[in-house]
Amino acid sequence: MTLDEVLRQEGGQVLATLVRLTGDIGLAEDALQEAVIVAHARWTDDRMPDNPAAWLTTTARNKALDRIRREARRTGKEREAVALLDQQLADEPNEPTDMLRLVFTCCHPALSQEAQIALALRTLCGMTTTEIAAAFLVQDATMGQRISRAKKKIATAQIPYRVPEDHELPDRLPAALEVLYLVFTTGHHATEGSLDSRVDLAAEAIRLCRMLADLMPDEAEVRGLLALMLASHARRLARVATDGSMVLLADQDRSLWDRVMIDEAAVLVERSLRQRAAGEYRIQAAIACLHGLAPSYDETDWEQIVELYRLLERVKPTPVVRVNRAVAEAEVIGPERGLELLEGVSGLDSWHLFWSTRADLLRRLDRTESAARAYQRALECQMNDSDRAFLERRLAETTS
Amino acid sequence: MPKYAALIYSVEGDASPEEWAAVMAEYNEFGEKAGAAGVIVGGEALEDTHTATTVNVDGKGGQIHTTDGPFAETKEALGGFYLLDCKDLDEAIHWAAQIPGAWHGRVEVRPLIDFSQDG
Repeated sequence: MTLDEVLRQEGGQVLATLVRLTGDIGLAEDALQEAVIVAHARWTDDRMPDNPAAWLTTTARNKALDRIRREARRTGKEREAVALLDQQLADEPNEPTDMLRLVFTCCHPALSQEAQIALALRTLCGMTTTEIAAAFLVQDATMGQRISRAKKKIATAQIPYRVPEDHELPDRLPAALEVLYLVFTTGHHATEGSLDSRVDLAAEAIRLCRMLADLMPDEAEVRGLLALMLASHARRLARVATDGSMVLLADQDRSLWDRVMIDEAAVLVERSLRQRAAGEYRIQAAIACLHGLAPSYDETDWEQIVELYRLLERVKPTPVVRVNRAVAEAEVIGPERGLELLEGVSGLDSWHLFWSTRADLLRRLDRTESAARAYQRALECQMNDSDRAFLERRLAETTS
Repeated sequence: MPKYAALIYSVEGDASPEEWAAVMAEYNEFGEKAGAAGVIVGGEALEDTHTATTVNVDGKGGQIHTTDGPFAETKEALGGFYLLDCKDLDEAIHWAAQIPGAWHGRVEVRPLIDFSQDG
């Protein structure tokens, strides 16, 4: 394993432990950075420490201790600070819950959601500020300021570094899951470039969610979210055609789907649906698995999918859910039914998939002029190149 | 004798250490003068609004909503404050959510500047 691989896979865990030891995200990051510089100088391919993550933790911990000593000396508080850190160092290193604590600190509701997402990617996934800025289409400087403000707020307002207690979880866990899901969707369906240009971000979200599922084995919604991500990610290689345009679910080459991922998702869904009332992620995961397990588009269990979307709409009555339900009901009842359901939708005028859904239903009813207008509306929205290429072709077919 | 709260509003920004020192000198001057006159009952400086959290509750004992940032509406006006001594932000939010203003309006929670931490 190279240093980069160690950082990619275990950097988040090392950082989380350092945050616990120092109580300060900024100090922990700086100390880890210094340890990485030492590692670059000393490690070679044939001379790696037996346990690279433990080596990094210890080296970074000593760097942090040096810095605290230096600063404490300057302010005349050395004895106090060192005594505190020595006592903390007696703790066992690399506790699995360190990572969980850091997840909940990064996803604290006193931070804006934008800041939560950026912090999670920075600290838990080890992404650079430049990478995160690129993924969310903002300037480096803007993202840098967002992250440093969030870190300052954590330190100054003293947002605690701990796993919420059971009675707090109903409030705190959904916010953390939403952050993970937003990271996933940003990667799964890029907002610019090719549809799959940020698929690495989706893989990071899966890694984080898998970790969360290991740490919180009793939380069915965490497994539901993991299943949803896996079942969607399984289709990644089939979603973009050789010409770069988006491929509809109906037209995807199902032999390109990742069977291992779909099977894992299906097992998770089956297990999690047995628990209590179904939550939004479990229901969406069940829908994604029904698509994943269908041998072909025509053999999809649409009736079951319609039932699940109706259930989802009761749990989460949003316009986006309504649009998805309209697509499913159109398959079972007919395109008219889909259009009827779209009539009541508002607030999605700038979402291209709202207009393209409407356009497709109109096209199937041979209402070509209305369909063409809807495709035009869709093309006025912001979207990635793959979706645009697909919609431009559809518009051309409709008007020819 | 009647008591008054003097609420200080100022433009936030990245003041240079020199500018900051000059402003602090002015505050020290005021503190000494008003302190000698015996009019200062208490006072604190607040961290900037980026560190603020706004708390709002759906009725007494209801769901707690927290938002990043200060309370910045114009309809409600500052009506009072408590100084809370808490171990962390979660405890401060816990208590802030029980202040009636949290359901009749909003409560902004902002850390005080801890001058003892400065070098």
